[in-house]
Amino acid sequence: MSNSAKAEAVLALHRFGMGPRPGSLAAVGTDPRGALIAELDRPLTLTAAAILPASAKAYRTVADDNARRAARAKQAQQQAKKQQTAAAPVMSEDQTQTQGQAQGQDKDAAEMAAKQAAEAVPDPGRPIYLQEAKLRTEAALAADIGFAERLVWFWSNHFCISAYKIQSMSGAYEREAVRANALGHFVDLLLAVEGHPAMLFYLDNLGSMGANSIAGINRSRGLNENIAREIMELHTLGVRTGYTQDDVISFANVLTGWTLVPPGDNPEHGGEFIFNPRLHEPGGQTVLGKRYEQEDAEQGRAVLRDLAAHPATATHVATKLARHFVADEPPPALVEQMAKIFRDTEGDLKQVAIAMVSSDEAWRGPPSKLKRPSEWGVGMVRATGITAVDPVRFTGGQELLGEGLWRPSAPKGYPDDEASWIDGVGRRLDIANNFAERVAATADPQAIIEDVFASEIAPEVKQAVGRAESRQQALALLFMSADFQRR
Amino acid sequence: MGFDNHLPTRRELLVGSGALFAWSQMPRIARAEGRDPRLLVVILRGALDGLGAIAPVGDPDWISLRGDRALVLDGKPPALPLDSFFALNPAMPNLHRLYKTGKAAIVHATATPYRERSHFDGQDVLESGLVKPGMTSSGWLNRALLAMESGGRVDPRGSRALGIGSVTPLVVRGSAPVMTWVPQRLLPASEDTQNRLLDLYQHTDPKLATVLQARMKLASLGGAPGAGDPMSDDPTLMPPGIARVRAYFAEAAGTAARYLAKPDGPRVGAMGFVGWDTHIAEGAASGQLYNLLGALDGAFAAIESNMSEVWHETVVAVVTEFGRTARINGTQGTDHGTGTVAFLIGGGLTGGRVIADWPGLKPAQLFEDRDLKPTTDLRAVLKGLLRDHLRVDEKILAETVFPGSADVKPMGGLVG
Repeated sequence: MSNSAKAEAVLALHRFGMGPRPGSLAAVGTDPRGALIAELDRPLTLTAAAILPASAKAYRTVADDNARRAARAKQAQQQAKKQQTAAAPVMSEDQTQTQGQAQGQDKDAAEMAAKQAAEAVPDPGRPIYLQEAKLRTEAALAADIGFAERLVWFWSNHFCISAYKIQSMSGAYEREAVRANALGHFVDLLLAVEGHPAMLFYLDNLGSMGANSIAGINRSRGLNENIAREIMELHTLGVRTGYTQDDVISFANVLTGWTLVPPGDNPEHGGEFIFNPRLHEPGGQTVLGKRYEQEDAEQGRAVLRDLAAHPATATHVATKLARHFVADEPPPALVEQMAKIFRDTEGDLKQVAIAMVSSDEAWRGPPSKLKRPSEWGVGMVRATGITAVDPVRFTGGQELLGEGLWRPSAPKGYPDDEASWIDGVGRRLDIANNFAERVAATADPQAIIEDVFASEIAPEVKQAVGRAESRQQALALLFMSADFQRR
Repeated sequence: MGFDNHLPTRRELLVGSGALFAWSQMPRIARAEGRDPRLLVVILRGALDGLGAIAPVGDPDWISLRGDRALVLDGKPPALPLDSFFALNPAMPNLHRLYKTGKAAIVHATATPYRERSHFDGQDVLESGLVKPGMTSSGWLNRALLAMESGGRVDPRGSRALGIGSVTPLVVRGSAPVMTWVPQRLLPASEDTQNRLLDLYQHTDPKLATVLQARMKLASLGGAPGAGDPMSDDPTLMPPGIARVRAYFAEAAGTAARYLAKPDGPRVGAMGFVGWDTHIAEGAASGQLYNLLGALDGAFAAIESNMSEVWHETVVAVVTEFGRTARINGTQGTDHGTGTVAFLIGGGLTGGRVIADWPGLKPAQLFEDRDLKPTTDLRAVLKGLLRDHLRVDEKILAETVFPGSADVKPMGGLVG
């Protein structure tokens, strides 16, 4: 392979893939663009996903556990009360005060103990989260190139939920709604995520009810605007694209009734999406100037289909994709080309991805994008050839770097620009140093440079690695080098 | 319904949105007067419900607006009276004490010039200091620092900004260099490794070199609690309860104060707390908002305590992107609104008052018949602090720090 072909292959792995790993340069071969496109034809399913619970089952696991915990706490409290009553004999007047105080303290202590006992049970959503994290991370580690996995990550962040709020379903949500549609049409992806219980939960739609719905009339609760606004602002059209507060309210009314089946007596049921007509605002609604007269969930689907087809959505999505993969300020010609393909193919996301890597504009710029912590972390592990991770350690590292898996602090997801992340680079040194310490026995920095990177690394880095006082230090310097941080 | 069990967690947990200090040996003019002022800006991300924090209990329309969700003086627990008209959320006894001793002021019915309802655009306007979102990638605090630099009032060793957390808030981004601090949980790399990496960056990537240098300088100051703690293999990721939220707020704010208090430390800084987006079950008197305000109150105590001897030269401005709907929504929360409050605390403050041109709460008095109408431009407050506390030139404030704000006069008399 010529030097320039090697350089383009390494750039392909960094910019569009998960980073070089042993054997990945051979997988890219002499036609990086063709190799990236070919990877999109392989199935995106996680082979080991059969061991993981579907979102509804994961949700029930946590809901059932919460119910049991609440019951135990109640029982413990009652027990504590009984003991106090038993321990309070008739007393003389002058004893009353001190005894009363002591009793108060006992009571607090007993309640505290009961509460602690109930809370000490580990959250059953946590092991599910960790299993999901392990599978997802190992898929990224195992991929020859990782372009398809990067697209899953991108769409998962675009349509983010938060594991802080709905931990049990966070991984299943990505598999069921995002991964299954990441290379399909945008409209199907949109319908899948907005109708997924995890998203409805995350953006507060479960209890949202129309003022004139059956439930709305009988109860003093009502509408929640959150999901309607974020769908238009973040998921489809983009902010400041012409929708109004009235559109938000109408769309929120359209989406009333989109909720999940509450866990009930039937252990096989609960946590699935359901359209509940009793919560739904009756009648037609006008969104973005168009009237929607449908009676049920079709009304919401119709609005979502129109939002997916809106030209502002094409531009919004193309801009975000190009910004994520290519440059903080992506070349306008590239964005326009991707937006055009989006419009021409009715949002065929695979074609949009192909358009991106087929454009010279996407390859021309220098590797100036700073990898996000998750990309950098996976890239570091991939370089060593390690394919299995301890999910506690791995997700913990991501958390410390400010990009906890499925835990963005707001529905906008994690940012994609250098300014947001560069000040955290110093923190990466702690992680790199720690990882280097653990793999120094087996990972050879010279071999990584020569075999994995085909020596496509700055000469200063090679020199620093060569002069390092220990293998651990050499690895830490290599992992921290700009060649690892930028793409 | 079963899912109610989950509701508090997200709002309670998402607290770690970072903190930053602008790092500068300044402002010289104030120093020439024998003062050495400190300014800390705290951003509450998610839009604080101002009416849930500071209740207009004297307004005849208050009860009818919020019903049994209204904070009242005979509530359980009772709201803390500030004057004959306003009362403070009972979660904030520290703030109440500071207010009573003249070391805290409240600005009510205030807002930035932003009148839409997107969090992200709203924060952009709040932090950029511009009248519209998406116009700049620098923050007003950073530009205020630059203005001072150009006046030759900065230590020649250069200025630095410092951040807590891994994502840098816009308010301090800009040309003046930025430095971050993230709570230490791992054993840091050796000094030797850091020096070698710095050398490597200096030859290959100047931007990364700047960041690493900033971090190393910070470490040498040693203000961070637990720096050098043995590494922990188990960064706890379990969703924290309110106790951990309180601990986080107090630690982050307390650390900020510890750095600001150092004789050779930064003088200006900013940090953010998230979690204020109370769409569901807001709980001003006993739920999530009460808990968050309590955590914020604890942060105030940590700042006061760690500022210690320089507390009298300290001003803390606590601001948010916009307020929330005046009425409770369909899910016992509030949706995105407009007018809200700003808290000002600090030993350098002339406080003990609620500053408000009260717009009233009747439907016609609300902004778009839904939000508390803003009657005080938040920029007037910030400009007043920058002018009178840090001695930033008024013309620079109007032209570069808050461009297009010449008509918004700095509010006088905030600092003594």
